[in-house]
Amino acid sequence: MGSYAASRLIQLFFVLIGVSVVVFVTMHLLPGDVAQLLLGDHATNEQLQRLREQLGLDQPVWVQYARFMQDALRGDLGVSIQSNRPALADVLAAFPVTLQLALASLLLACLCGVPVGVLSAVWHGSRFDAVVMTLTLFGVSMPIFWLGLMLLVLFAAGLGWLPVGGLMPVGLDPPRLTGMSVVDSLLSGDLTLIGTSLRHMLLPAVTLASVPLALIARITRAEVMSAATADHVRTARAKGLGDARVVLRHVVRNAAIPIVTVIGLQLGLLLSGAVLTETIYSLPGLGRLMVDSILSRDYPVVQAGALFIALLFVLVNLAVDVLYAALDPRISRA
Amino acid sequence: MSATVVAPPGVVQRALRGTGARFGLVIAALFLATTLFAPLLAPFDPYEQDLSNALSPPSAIHWFGADQYGRDTLSRILYGTRTALLAIIMADGLALLLGGSLGLVAGYLGGRVDAWLMRVVDVLLAFPYLLLALIIVAALGPSLTNSVIAIGIIYTPQYARLMRGQVLTVQAADFVVAARSIGANRMRVMLRHVLPNSFTPVLVLATLQSGAVVVETAGLSFLGLGAQPPSPDWGALLADGHGYFLTAWWIATFPGLAIFLVVVGFNLLGDALRDQYDPRLR
Repeated sequence: MGSYAASRLIQLFFVLIGVSVVVFVTMHLLPGDVAQLLLGDHATNEQLQRLREQLGLDQPVWVQYARFMQDALRGDLGVSIQSNRPALADVLAAFPVTLQLALASLLLACLCGVPVGVLSAVWHGSRFDAVVMTLTLFGVSMPIFWLGLMLLVLFAAGLGWLPVGGLMPVGLDPPRLTGMSVVDSLLSGDLTLIGTSLRHMLLPAVTLASVPLALIARITRAEVMSAATADHVRTARAKGLGDARVVLRHVVRNAAIPIVTVIGLQLGLLLSGAVLTETIYSLPGLGRLMVDSILSRDYPVVQAGALFIALLFVLVNLAVDVLYAALDPRISRA
Repeated sequence: MSATVVAPPGVVQRALRGTGARFGLVIAALFLATTLFAPLLAPFDPYEQDLSNALSPPSAIHWFGADQYGRDTLSRILYGTRTALLAIIMADGLALLLGGSLGLVAGYLGGRVDAWLMRVVDVLLAFPYLLLALIIVAALGPSLTNSVIAIGIIYTPQYARLMRGQVLTVQAADFVVAARSIGANRMRVMLRHVLPNSFTPVLVLATLQSGAVVVETAGLSFLGLGAQPPSPDWGALLADGHGYFLTAWWIATFPGLAIFLVVVGFNLLGDALRDQYDPRLR
């Protein structure tokens, strides 16, 4: 187990070097003259030359990369052209919004997806199963930006039950502790704030949960069905155990490992989906920050955001792999 | 990956026997026909503005309503099939070319080349897929072509891995060993014997990915990073609808429905093909 984690850590080191190279290359070599971009069209040649020297743009590429890495390791990823604040500070300020959205969606996807998948497998071939399979096909095929818009058309514009977007109404912010509106509202203990923050979170969370929910239901169904034919399950039935007990104690338990892995691996999907969801519901999260920064050509923020998200993604995948190996000893021995 | 088997004969025909697959095939055929006959099917010019009709709801004249410039939504959706098809061909083609070549070379040459190329693939897989597309578009600049290039690149690792697995299986086959033993050179064995026999599952992957390519191209256009106005792209139509969802629900509803239908069609088709390649799923 220990050696498995160690070998994964060594791999992680090389992947992170690769990630930093990809981000550096795309941000530094392709977009043309960074100095021109920073100073605008009216800059004189002397000003441009001075800035190039200041930023080290006149140095060889590998020197630039080494300098970039040195700064990055110190947490210095440049200053935002738009906000004039450190790029990393902008990224860290937006992150809790995305984290809250991703966690709420994952919770929703698990709470609905797992039971639906188990029931679908238990009643395999029934009408319920057919409906679930059709709905999950729709779930994985429906573009989430369309689903989000349709939910807005129906519940916000049509019925007027839920707000059209944003984290909280203007002027009604809970005291900022974690940056997550629902958590901060809960910590404030104010029922109005809690209700409002939850109402604002509902549609975005449902939208972002749609694809992972469908995938989790499908994989749960498949795993439970395959675990249900195992010998130990037949033995349990032969012993005269009831259906519910067999399913919960012997089938679901053995199907749990692959299901847990699939749940862990939804993070990439959630982070990608968050970009679109945040745009639809005007949430000031990391995805929206990235898109706005790309459109306004604020490269330091794009770079900081890309490095931050990739690092997070790699670390969570590592944690899932190690957890999986801990649950299933066959993996670390392989 | 499931499809590390050399294609058995008649697999495509068998895959298309199911109801789901047939439904998928019909949708795909309708989609292709629309791209060809869009000018005949569309009741209006997709670019023609008519401000007197701006935001007019669905009616006998404008079946799917009109957008903020009075352009006919149905006509714009029908022409949008062309952008979608172009995206599928270009993004899938690029991923097939890049990923296929990487996988072929890595699998066939093995050793250090394989190890290095697969590390490159690992690095690409270390990004959430849309993030990688975002930074590529950030570097190249927002446009339909650049967004399609970005999507092609994010799919490259999957093709590379699948192709490599196929090549490793195929090159152990007797006919490859025989070709080598009669003195055929490496290049010839790779291109004449290994490549054609490794290719079918990779094409199946391309079908499976087509729906996702449509969604992602539309997603990037929706964010303003893909097709630019006034192009009748499905994602851009949805972005227009986003601005008017409180007053004009039809602008976003119908293009989204078009994307949804095409993706369901390709997913059903892809599922049926995948099931044929993976006997465990049958």
